[in-house]
Formats: sequence, C-alpha cells, structure tokens
Amino acid sequence: MNATAMETTKLALGPLLYYWPREAVLAFYREAAGWPVDSVYLGETVCSRRRELKLADWVAIGEDLARAGKEVILSTAELIESDADLRTMHAVAGNGAFRVEANDMAAVRALAGKGPFVAGPFLNVYNAGTLSLLAGLGATRWVAPVELSRDGIAAVVAEGPPGIETEVFAYGRLPLAVSARCFTARYNNLTKDHCEFRCIEHPDGLALDTQDGEHFLILNGVQTQSASVQSLAPVIDEARAAGANVLRLSPQSRHTGEVVAVFRDAVAGALGAAEAVARLAPLMPAAACDGYWHGKPGIELERGRVREHVPETEVRP
Amino acid sequence: MAQAAPLSPKAPARMKLVCPAGTPPALRVAVDNGADDVYLGFKDETNARNFAGLNFDDRSIRDGVDYAHRRGAQVLVALNTFPQPSTWRKWRAAVDRAADLGVDAIIVADAGLLAYASKTHPQLRLHLSVQGSATSHEAINFHHEHFGIRRAVLPRVLSVEQAEKAIQRTPVDIEVFGFGSLSIMVEGRCALSSYATGESPNTHGGCSPAKAIRWQQSPRGLESRLGGVLIDRFGEEDHPGYPTLCRGRFVVNGDTYYPFEEPTSLNTLELLPRLQAMGVKAIKIEGRQRSPVYVETVTRVWREALDDCAREPQRFRVKPAWQEALAGISEGRQCTLGAYHRPWK
Repeated sequence: MNATAMETTKLALGPLLYYWPREAVLAFYREAAGWPVDSVYLGETVCSRRRELKLADWVAIGEDLARAGKEVILSTAELIESDADLRTMHAVAGNGAFRVEANDMAAVRALAGKGPFVAGPFLNVYNAGTLSLLAGLGATRWVAPVELSRDGIAAVVAEGPPGIETEVFAYGRLPLAVSARCFTARYNNLTKDHCEFRCIEHPDGLALDTQDGEHFLILNGVQTQSASVQSLAPVIDEARAAGANVLRLSPQSRHTGEVVAVFRDAVAGALGAAEAVARLAPLMPAAACDGYWHGKPGIELERGRVREHVPETEVRP
Repeated sequence: MAQAAPLSPKAPARMKLVCPAGTPPALRVAVDNGADDVYLGFKDETNARNFAGLNFDDRSIRDGVDYAHRRGAQVLVALNTFPQPSTWRKWRAAVDRAADLGVDAIIVADAGLLAYASKTHPQLRLHLSVQGSATSHEAINFHHEHFGIRRAVLPRVLSVEQAEKAIQRTPVDIEVFGFGSLSIMVEGRCALSSYATGESPNTHGGCSPAKAIRWQQSPRGLESRLGGVLIDRFGEEDHPGYPTLCRGRFVVNGDTYYPFEEPTSLNTLELLPRLQAMGVKAIKIEGRQRSPVYVETVTRVWREALDDCAREPQRFRVKPAWQEALAGISEGRQCTLGAYHRPWK
C-alpha cells in the first residue's frame, strides 16, 4: 500500500443499532469524542418506537462530536411504514446541520438535488449504473450492501462515478434483514404495538441458536443480525485495493473504543493481519466471520474457521 | 418537513388478477382460468425465481405473449433482481430482450436498471417490483418521477391502513399480494439466505437455494439443513416443509420455537372488498415455483372471488369451497393475513 492510501483511509463509527438507555447512549458518545474515528453516524435507524433519544438529542450529540473534530452524519431509518416515520425522515433529512445518510428511496427523494448525501447500505447499490444514478442526485459517498464481495465492490468502483467515497462494513454483527414484525416482541409473546420496549434489555441483541447449538443469528427488534462478527481487520490492504476509503465499525455495548484503536493501528500500517486478529479476539462478543468479503456465505471465515457446536453427524458439502 | 398531500379518494374499479407462470403450461392455465396479467421470468438470475426447470426462453415467451394476447391477457416479465457488479450489462440486455419480445410490461427492482429502461425503451411499461422495497408513497413517487413507473407492488409489510394512505398519495397504480408464500422480511432487504448459503434473492434470484439443502435422518428426527445450518428437526407427526431460513425452528434462551414465522401462506380473500374500495388496482398471486395445478386452482378461485367482489362488494362473502381449495395448496395448510392485520407485527 502507498502512503496516500494510508492517509486517506477513514474510520467511521456506524449508527448504533441497539436500544440502550439514554444515559448509556450519552456516555458512549462522550467517550467516542476521544476515539480516533473520522466519521460518526448518528440516529435511530432500526425502530421508530425507540424513543430514549429524540432527533434534538442526536443533533446535540452531533454538535459535541463535531467540536471534537468528527465528521457527523445523521442516518435515516432502514424501514419507513407510517406517516410518523415519514415525518421523522424529513426532519432528519432537513436537519440543516449535518450530512445525511439515506437508507431508503423516500429519503433519497427528500435529499436529491439539495446537496451532498451518503447513499446508505440499505439502498441496494449492487452496480455502477445505480451508483451513477445516486451520484447524479448528490451522493458523495456510498456504503456497500453487506452481501457485496471484495471483487464486487472493486467492480462497482472501477466503473462507477469518479470521486465518490466508498464505505464498507468492516467490523460488527451484520445487519442482515428487516421486517415489519418485531422478533423481540414475538419472543416475549407481545405485539409490536405493545412491545414494552423489551429490546432495551438486550444491549447486544437477543441470541438465536440452532437446535444443535450453533450461534447463528441475533434478534434486534425488527432487525435480524448475524451472530458472528464480521471483521475485515486482516484484509485492510485488500479493502483499499478494492477502492474502499472508509471502514465502518458498528457499535457494540463493550470495547468499541478498543476496537477502534485496533483498526486505527491497522490502517496506519502498524499492525500485521495476525496481530490485528489477536488483538480483536478478546474484544469481540462472538466468533469472527468474513465470508461475504470473499464471495462466500457470510457466516464463513476465510482463514480456517472452526464453527461452534456443529455435530459430528453433519454432512458438509 | 412532511409533504401533506391531499387525500383524494379514487373511484373503486375492478382489480386485475396477476398470476404466476413458471412454465408455459402454467401460463396457459392462468390465462384459461381468467388471469388478467401473467408474470414470468427468463431462465437466469435476472429474476427472483431462478430455479432449475423453471422459466422461459425467447420462443416460449413469444408463444406465451401470443397465447395471452389472443385471449385478452397481458404478459409481464420479472427482471426483479439486482444487476451484479461485473455482469450488470446482462440485465440491460434482458430489458432489451423483453422489449423486443413485445411483452406488456417489465417488473424491475433496481433503480439503475429502471433508469436504463425508461431512457432506452420509453414505450415499455415499467412496474416497480416488490424487491424495490418502496414502503411509502414517497418512495413510490421517487420511482414515478425519475422513471415513469406505472404500477408498484407494495412490500408485504404494510397494514391495510398504511397501504390505503400510500394509494391516496401516488398517481402510480398499486398492486398488492393476495395469496401465496408470505415473506417475513421486507422484500429486497433480506440477506439471511446469502449469510448461510452465499446466494440470496438480491444477488442470485433465489432464497434458500435447493443445492444448499441437506435432509438427513438423525436419532432426534429428520433434519433439514441449509448451508450446513440446522433449520429444523421433524418428528413423526410433523409435516416437513422446505427449509426456508425464516420458517425454521430455533432456540432463544432455551425456548425452541419459530422465532420468525410458522409455515403459513398469505391469504387476503376476506379483505377483497376493502382492498377494492381503497383503490388497489391489482392483486398478485405468488408462486412461479409452483405447479400448473397450483396456478390453475388459485387462478380459478381468485377470478371468481374478484368477479363476485366487483359485482356486489357489499354482499361479498368468502365461499367455503374457495378456502377449501386454497387450503389444499397452502404452505403448512394454514393461512394468515400477515401484516395487513396489525397484530401480526
């Protein structure tokens, strides 16, 4: 890698995907102000019923982070269903202070032609044609869908519009799906409208295992995540070569600052792949995966993953 | 700031019946039994039912268009997956093919592909696929303003009240799902399948691909695995279903249950008068992967129901014979109203 690439690779703290008590959120971002990240994404992207923080609170957090030198980006919701959801989206889009990450086409419509925005990971940008369209509407950065492989990202970047920033999901449990149904409420035999906000009891989501004991998924309200933690720490050089210039790190309830520090060292070229993996291992809430990056099932780990609790009788293809 | 569009009720009109065809025989029985529109796909990953033995080549599409047009039906081609990075030109070629074959509309999810189609084939009617994840009138109107879409298929996530509001605020005709396999996740927003198998609807045109499935007998029962992941385990009394990931039984805090959804089918027959009154323009039947017998049964029942509803909506009653016929072909033999019924959420 060359010195320019090292200098220009940014670290971004992704939006908080879980529901934490207000004080925990405020404390988290007070700490984040001192972490070596370049961009911080803020706002509630998963569930409109989560109201520990209002938009004004997120803006206030953003102002503190901006004073600490961070580039602040407000994210819109992953799923818009109701009029209230639309009003919230417009309030975020029109916040006037910070750049906005659009996570559905209603948000793109609200932001189009009104200045730079970020094309979020849920916009399904799988090809250069779609990326060019969004760039024409004002997107100055795009976040690749989690399914896109290294080669896929490289192909989009190679044929896509020049100058647009490319961000990849470099660390964290992968947001895999969203539903109208709340699976945390369902687990508690509650409906979404009367959910009692139970996801606040699960600061890293609710673990779902297979019947033979494999840690498989995480229920996070209406969102479903991977149980394994995707980590691109061992392949940062590959990510740069593919054209990624922003690495997204997804918040978890513990050790996020230390994870950021590992990635900062790795980006600066001060850590080998093996050392990065070793330093991250005790900071991760579950085993690592990176299959998507290598064009394989996302659950896999390229360099010799031993999947947990898989029975002896299993027939692997 | 939210745009407060006026609520202008649209005059109820007869709803179109949109039926699936995975093969030419299915297309013919759909047309013969009263489908207004039949939708189908090419034999490749440009459509979201990319399964072996399914779908159409150019000749069978020409024949199908001819068969349908002679009987007053229309043919829609689903190009409803996301063009992949290195092969995206293949999807553009598929749009050109569909236009050349004289189909009545194409059903598209990807914004870039819609842009191409609207620019290159301005006469070709565009429908926004459910995979386009347009869950509000504003998202639908985005596609209308930029690509001139004429119809949009609503994701199966909205309640009846939410769907009605969307209809009132868009000039685009709205199609909703009436019957078939129920998607638990927002269409176009689910990567569970690729997490376990490397292939998803967005990337390869299929969920839980057959080649990733293993069935095996174990001391604890018959096990179904997807990409090696145990999806479910069946006893003697169970009816083993296709191991779609979101229909599996998993364990949360020691409880073994269906964390996402039981194996059920969506069936909105009882909502027909309401859907008609609120201005839904078309009802979609899921199931291009299903047999001609399925297509024949479901088309016949829904044609009769839609005709009854159009004739005398106030007196519309779901006939037991319809429900019986549909129950025989439903997944898991149970039916649900899904998200249309708010407590489902």
